[in-house]
Amino acid sequence: MRTLQAALILSIGVCLASAGTAAPAGNPVDVLTFASEAEEQRFRSLVGEFRCPKCLNTNLLGSDAPIAKDLRKAVYRLSVEQGQSDDEVRAYLQERYGDFVLYSPPLRPANVLLWFGPPGLLLLGAFWWFRTVRRAATGDATDFDAEARVRLDNLLDGDA
Amino acid sequence: MNRASLFVPFAVFLLILLFGYLGFSLNDPHKLPSALLDKPFPTFEAEPLRPGGKTLRREDLLGAPVLVNVWATWCPTCRAEHDELKRLRADEGLKIVGINYKDEPSKARRWLAELGDPYDFNIQDPDGRIGVELGVYGAPESFLLDANGVIRYKRVGDVNPRIWRDEIQPILTLLQQEAGP
Repeated sequence: MRTLQAALILSIGVCLASAGTAAPAGNPVDVLTFASEAEEQRFRSLVGEFRCPKCLNTNLLGSDAPIAKDLRKAVYRLSVEQGQSDDEVRAYLQERYGDFVLYSPPLRPANVLLWFGPPGLLLLGAFWWFRTVRRAATGDATDFDAEARVRLDNLLDGDA
Repeated sequence: MNRASLFVPFAVFLLILLFGYLGFSLNDPHKLPSALLDKPFPTFEAEPLRPGGKTLRREDLLGAPVLVNVWATWCPTCRAEHDELKRLRADEGLKIVGINYKDEPSKARRWLAELGDPYDFNIQDPDGRIGVELGVYGAPESFLLDANGVIRYKRVGDVNPRIWRDEIQPILTLLQQEAGP
């Protein structure tokens, strides 16, 4: 039981840690110029937010696909050259490529399971774990049926 | 351990089976639903592929239902669908406009000279900007517009006889009924 608990806690820890890892550094093929460090930072974080439409599981920042390059150019044009806000750029891409390009899609009836499924399962697991641990701690052997209990009492009381 | 809980693993197995069934019966994850369906075709201004022609605009697409086909000489599937486009033009009288996407105009002209030209005219999109406006993420892609320039259907991938029969023709018939009184 101890090892099981340790393994559970460890795996949750690993999941949480990997959620925060950084995306790969910017694509070396593009040559873009920025007026300031802050402007470049903003561009990078914005481009890292979008999913490459061609490659399913890479963001625009990390993808070599030609379409990702075009979309990086589009984001550069809108955000740096035209000075549009982050939300305007997001809306631009969403209007053209749909929810798919957003790594955090808006909450809709169609994707409720996507949003609440994983935390729901986590809660369910936590509940099961809590119950198991508590039952083990109180030593409440409810699984033991009455007939077996009588037999056990007889064995203990009798001179066997 | 009561008797009912013996069935828990079986229930979990059934649940996995259900999710597997749903997961594998989903559509191809590479296919994006078009965000532009029932939205007006974006405005643009572009050079024609045919040398010496006038600058093309959105207005040039209006007046009758038209199939806008995004293609390039570097795209093998475009070659595969080319014969079907020619057939649609010749036999079905479909108006087809091409967007020559991220291509070299000289290569594109040679392609049309060699393989035949099913297009009313072609729009050049050398840097893929019109493509981005259209939410294009590969070639070929085809858009069916109504007479008012609203996108009514989008196909990612080749146009083939089955797609024509099952998807394009029914919508086109609808659009023609809308257009005619």
